[in-house]
Amino acid sequence: MATKILTEHINVPGIETFDVYRKQGGYTAVEKALKTMTPEAVVEEVKKAGVRGRGGAGFPMGMKWSFLAKPEGVPRYLVCNADESEPGTFKDHYLMKNIPHLLIEGMIISSFALGANKSFIYVRGELMYVIHILEKAIAEAKAKGFLGKNILGSGYDLELVVQPGGGAYICGEETALLESLEGKRGNPRNKPPFPAVKGLYQSPTVVNNVESIATTAWIVNNGGDAYAGIGIGRSTGTKLISASGHINKPGVYEIELGVPVEDFIYADEWCGGIRPGHKFKALVAGGSSVPILPANLALTLANGEKRLMSYESLSDGGFATGTMLGSGGFIVFDETSCIVRNTWNFSRFYHHESCGQCSPCREGTGWMEKVLHRIEHGHGHQHDIDLLVDVARKIEGNTICPLGDAAAWPVASAIRHFRDEFMWHITNPQEATQPGAVYRGEMALV
Amino acid sequence: MEETKPQLLRVTIDGIQVEVEPGTTILQAARKIGPEVAPPAMCYYQPLKGSGGKCRACLVRVAAGSEKDPRPMPKLVASCLTPVQDGMIVENKTNPQVIDARNGVVEFLLLNHPLDCPVCDQAGECDLQNFAFDHGKATTRYEEDRRTFEKNDLGPYIQLHMTRCILCYRCVYTADQITNKRVHGVLNRGDASEISTYIEKAIDNDFSGNVIDVCPVGALTDKTYRFKNRVWFTKPVDAHRDCPTCSGKVTLWYRGDEVIRVTARKNEWSEVTEFICNTCRFETKKTSDWTIEGPTKVSRASVISANKYRADAIKPSFGQRLAAAEYKPIHDERDTTQLSIQQLPPERFAKLPSAES
Repeated sequence: MATKILTEHINVPGIETFDVYRKQGGYTAVEKALKTMTPEAVVEEVKKAGVRGRGGAGFPMGMKWSFLAKPEGVPRYLVCNADESEPGTFKDHYLMKNIPHLLIEGMIISSFALGANKSFIYVRGELMYVIHILEKAIAEAKAKGFLGKNILGSGYDLELVVQPGGGAYICGEETALLESLEGKRGNPRNKPPFPAVKGLYQSPTVVNNVESIATTAWIVNNGGDAYAGIGIGRSTGTKLISASGHINKPGVYEIELGVPVEDFIYADEWCGGIRPGHKFKALVAGGSSVPILPANLALTLANGEKRLMSYESLSDGGFATGTMLGSGGFIVFDETSCIVRNTWNFSRFYHHESCGQCSPCREGTGWMEKVLHRIEHGHGHQHDIDLLVDVARKIEGNTICPLGDAAAWPVASAIRHFRDEFMWHITNPQEATQPGAVYRGEMALV
Repeated sequence: MEETKPQLLRVTIDGIQVEVEPGTTILQAARKIGPEVAPPAMCYYQPLKGSGGKCRACLVRVAAGSEKDPRPMPKLVASCLTPVQDGMIVENKTNPQVIDARNGVVEFLLLNHPLDCPVCDQAGECDLQNFAFDHGKATTRYEEDRRTFEKNDLGPYIQLHMTRCILCYRCVYTADQITNKRVHGVLNRGDASEISTYIEKAIDNDFSGNVIDVCPVGALTDKTYRFKNRVWFTKPVDAHRDCPTCSGKVTLWYRGDEVIRVTARKNEWSEVTEFICNTCRFETKKTSDWTIEGPTKVSRASVISANKYRADAIKPSFGQRLAAAEYKPIHDERDTTQLSIQQLPPERFAKLPSAES
């Protein structure tokens, strides 16, 4: 049985209440950290664990913590990014809904390690019922003395605030999140300065994903070295994967990093295989913004080895033959799905969600969507394919925040790997615009 | 006591070295060298705090970060916000990647721009026009409908033509920083965002007219001047008056003996040096009200003095030079005698009215 760090007790009835959570060994990490450890020691354990940010970028969490500026007389803040809006990702929602105290425990430990006395959980605005669950859990923890003034007699104060989000995908970008939290329009800031130097209210701030923060409880209980022992290489620990698409068992799975992609899709423990009678066509491995891969490249690396569920293995081969682990939004497509339509759909999302601050993203996302719409509806030209590649190239890397990249990568990768399918749409518009019409030409199906 | 001078930083931009004070941005250092190397700036406005970083027109490549850490920066950076380091090497117009990105930015900015320069009051002193002349193409690859808005009146003096706006946020910062209450801002998001006052409220402020000066395009225009003239027919003259609310230092724009427009004085980067009040701008248009100082310095290459974009005043862009170097004449083997154009009977031309006179 694989190690479960986050979801071990998730099926225990009543785990969302304080008493049941406490009975399952909850809040012992808070006691251990506050009573026996110094903040520096906690940071050291997290560094040893080598947890990489679970929100998508995969930046080592311990390193992010150690970059936090500590000027005298200025408050420091911890902000939990629970604005999970990436299409295909629903792990944080699952975690907060089922086991809210795990996040709160992680928040107490992380805030203690960073010396923050006021911490925020910025929850996606659409998840109002989750906000109510969190607020109830915070009230319970406060009543038991785990939050508020002088927690467990250690002299450490912490106030936890749940903030409903403004309802935009862009507010999941850390600096846009901070702007939104300050009550402003959710526009990403120019970097530098980074939030670790000037973040919320111009004070040093750390922004971490829900899943990253939730792991700290286990790390404090079991030690950083134990955590680093799980997983493979620099991809340590476990990861929640939100599996969806044409698989037999969609849902959230906690895996040890390093599981082969093939096993994850076909094993009964996880996705349980492609739905009966169909074949595996394409995979989006880490949420809609990462490059899409055809089935053969999803399962094996360019050199023929098995591709593993880890940061390194998924990005092996760069964008030519690789992708990214991202936020773990694992979307599987079978041969009945139309890549052009899917790319248009993703592009439509990014067009709708662009904040409109910088010109390449504001104008480029709309342009790509319109061209893809045209191709999908049978009005494409042959030069449109190269046009899309060129527009994607001019957006990528030239924008303020990564939304520009996120909009460009799916389009560029879909054309890279499925150019024939785009071509078929353009040259056979009559056939391609029939309801349910899908390209049946030569492609790698598994 | 002897004053200690701050250590000057050496930075090389397009092969030209310049020494600047710590905290200077790459854009400012390039402007110190001169207009040949200065990156274009559509949203950055030096007098306004917090502006810049949005249009991405000023992207440059940092080939070496500093003396101590000579690694190149992984992405193109916005030169208006990136401070220089000692020993930094910047590639601006000498790097094809930068030129390519800038050509892309022009294309993006013009996607939803109406291109109505022939009827636009800003034509001739428009940042976007200059930028497009340097980096744009004569054709477009965009086939879809452009975004359009209704014209919008912001009070008695200012008209907003949102269709032309490039969302540089300059007018928002101006209202924030030089007036005591901002009533306009950006509504909506993405390519649907628009500058607007909430529910068509009028901008009523003594300094509201300055948003017209800071606007890089013709989105915010002076209602007392609209459609009165073209900028290249007018003669700018520096003048001042004793004004109780502002410095009173302005530029008067003459056509013949008549003052048809008053604006704040701008430096060579078309940035306002001193903001002026609405009384000076909109209501003091008689020569007798002003003390004339002399003609405003205008660059000879500028449209205002040359009446046109002078090709000789602007060096060919990198892309143009590359295209010229790689130019090959097309071998056209078609038989031109088969084209019937030249064989039209002469009496068909005689019937045209112009031929009779």
